[in-house]
Amino acid sequence: MLGQEVSTATQPAGPVQPAGPPQPAHTAAEQFALREHSPLQRIQHVLHRHPAISPFLVLVLSFIVFSLINPRLASPNSISLILQQVAVIGALAVGQTLIILTAGIDLSVGAITILAMMVAAKLAEGSGIPGVLAILIGIALGVLGGLINGGLVTRIGLPPFIVTLGTLSIFTALGLLYSKGQSVQGVDLPAILNWTGETFSVGRFRITTGVVLVAVLYVVVGFALANTSWGRHVYATGDDAESARLAGIRVNRVLLSVYTVAGAIYGLTAWILIGRAGAASPNAITEANLETITAVVIGGTSLFGGRGAVLGTLLGALIVGVFRSGLSLAGVDDQYRLLAIGVLVLAAVTIDQWIRRVKA
Amino acid sequence: MTLVKEEPQPVTATAVLSARGLVKTFGRVVGLDGVDLDLYPGEVLAVIGDNGAGKSTLIKCLTGALMPDAGDITLDGSPVHFKRPQDAREAGIETVYQTLAVAPALDIASNLFLGRERRRAGVLGSVFRMIDKKGMRKDAGTALSDLGIGTLQNMAQAVETLSGGQRQAVSVARAAAFGSKVIVLDEPTAALGVKESNQVLAMIREVRSRGLPVILISHNMPHVFDVADRIHIQRLGRCAGVITPQSHTMSEAVAIMTGATTLEETPGNATG
Repeated sequence: MLGQEVSTATQPAGPVQPAGPPQPAHTAAEQFALREHSPLQRIQHVLHRHPAISPFLVLVLSFIVFSLINPRLASPNSISLILQQVAVIGALAVGQTLIILTAGIDLSVGAITILAMMVAAKLAEGSGIPGVLAILIGIALGVLGGLINGGLVTRIGLPPFIVTLGTLSIFTALGLLYSKGQSVQGVDLPAILNWTGETFSVGRFRITTGVVLVAVLYVVVGFALANTSWGRHVYATGDDAESARLAGIRVNRVLLSVYTVAGAIYGLTAWILIGRAGAASPNAITEANLETITAVVIGGTSLFGGRGAVLGTLLGALIVGVFRSGLSLAGVDDQYRLLAIGVLVLAAVTIDQWIRRVKA
Repeated sequence: MTLVKEEPQPVTATAVLSARGLVKTFGRVVGLDGVDLDLYPGEVLAVIGDNGAGKSTLIKCLTGALMPDAGDITLDGSPVHFKRPQDAREAGIETVYQTLAVAPALDIASNLFLGRERRRAGVLGSVFRMIDKKGMRKDAGTALSDLGIGTLQNMAQAVETLSGGQRQAVSVARAAAFGSKVIVLDEPTAALGVKESNQVLAMIREVRSRGLPVILISHNMPHVFDVADRIHIQRLGRCAGVITPQSHTMSEAVAIMTGATTLEETPGNATG
C-alpha cells in the first residue's frame, strides 16, 4: 500500500505548462484516476461497501479452525449453547450499535438492564403484580433510562461518554439499593418471566425463546436502519451532525430517539436475562458495557459514527461466543480468550481506519 | 438597468425575494446597517463584498439561519419571518452551504433526498415506513443529468468517494431539485479547480434557464462577471450599489467593494 503511494507520487504531475505541447488525451491526474486498482485497493473498496465481510470471514474461519481442533464445537449441542450464551450481550449490543452509529457510546448498558431487571423481578415476586405488567414496567424503566441519557446529551449538550459514565454509577446504585443486593430466584417468579429461558427443539438444536426474541430484535432494528427515513437520519447524524442539521434533519430529535430505543432494548433484554440466568441477580453481566462495545467494534461499526450495521454486531457477538467455546473445548486457558478478543478489537479498528480512507 | 441605492426599486410584484432595511447587530458590531435587496425571476444576482462587509449575515437573514433585528423580507409579495433554516426551505428557498452539508458515508441518492426521503407506495410505505430507494436513485440520476453532470452514474456510490466538484454537484442538484422559488449558493467555487468551477457555473446557468432565480455569494470576480446578471456590492454593512457586468468593469467593482471609489464617482456605462 505504502509503496504504491510513493510510486504514484513520482508520476509526472507537475504544474500546468502554458502553451505547451499539444495536450495528451488525458492529463496526468486523469491517467492516475484511470489507473488499475491494485488487489489491495480492490479489497479496500469492497470492504468499504460491505463492512460486514471481514467479521463474517473471521467468524467462519474461527469456527472451522476450532472445529478442526475439537469437532465437538460443530455439534448441535455446542452451537445451541453458543447461541444461548451470546443472546443477552447480542441483544444489548443492538442498542449499543444504535448509539455508536450516532458517534456516541453507552457505558450504562448493564446498569440500566440490571435496574430494569431487579425492579421487574421484585415487583413480580412480592407485590402480586402480574408478570406481564412487571415486564412492561421493566421495559418502561429502560426507556426512562434511555430518555435520561438522551436528554442529557441533547438538551445539556454533554458528551455521551460522560453522561453514561454518570448514569452508569447512578443506575448501578439504584439497582443495588432497590434489590438490597439480593437476587430473586427464577422459581419464585411467575412463569412468564422465565418464559425467555424455555427451550424447544429445531432438529437437533435446542433453541430458547430468548434467542428467538433476539433474532426478531435484529431483524426489526436492521430493517429500520436500512429501509426507513429514521435509519438514514441516524447515519447522517452520526456521520456529520452539523451537515445533517443544515440538510434539515432534526438532529437532537434523532439522538433522543436513538437513546430511547436503546433503553427499550435494554429493558427487553432484562427479561431475556432472567430466562437465561434462571434468576435476577444485581451482580449479573458486570462486563456488559465492554462486551457490547467489543461486539459492535469487531462487527465493523465505526466508533466515529455514521457507518456500520447490526448485522456486523451480530457477527461480532457470535465471534466472541465461538472463541469462548472453541478455546475452552480446545482445552486452552480462558485467559487466552481475552487475549484473542483484544487482538480482534485492535484489528477491527485498524481495518475501519483503513477503509475510511478509501479513494475513488 | 443600473440600480442605485439612493433610488431603491419599489417592491414590485415581479421581485421574487425582496428585503427592505435589514438590520442585524451582534452586540456593538453592526452586521447589516439597513440593506435592501431585490431578486427578480430568472436572474443570477451575485453578492460580493470584502470580508466583514456583511455578505454572510445578509444571506443568513434571507435563508433563516439568522433573524434580522429590523427590516422586512417578502417572498412573492407576502411578508415572511424565518426562524430556522427549515422555514426558509419550506417556503421554497434552498441554500447550498459552503460546507455542502452532505453526509459523506451515505450514497448520492440518500444525500439528495436527505431529510425528505420518499416512501414506497402501499403497505410497505405506510405501515413499514420503507423508503423508495430505487425510485430515489432513479430521480437522483435524472436530477444530476439535468444539470449536465454526466460523470456520476452510480447513485449508490458513497459521497466520500467523490471529488470536490462532484460533491458540489450533488449539493447543487439537491437545491435545484427541491428549491421552488430561490436558490442560494454560498461560495460554490471557492474550493474548486478551474474545470470543476466551470461545471458549477454551467449548472448555475442551467438553473437560471429553468426560471429559478439564484443568489450567488462569491469572492471570485471572473466567476461573478461570467455568470451574474446583476451584482449587489456589500460594503461595511451597507449596500454600496448594484451594478451589472455590462455597466462596470471588474476593477471598478473591486474599487467600489473596497471603498476606493463610490458608485456615484463611477456611474459606469449603463448601456447594458
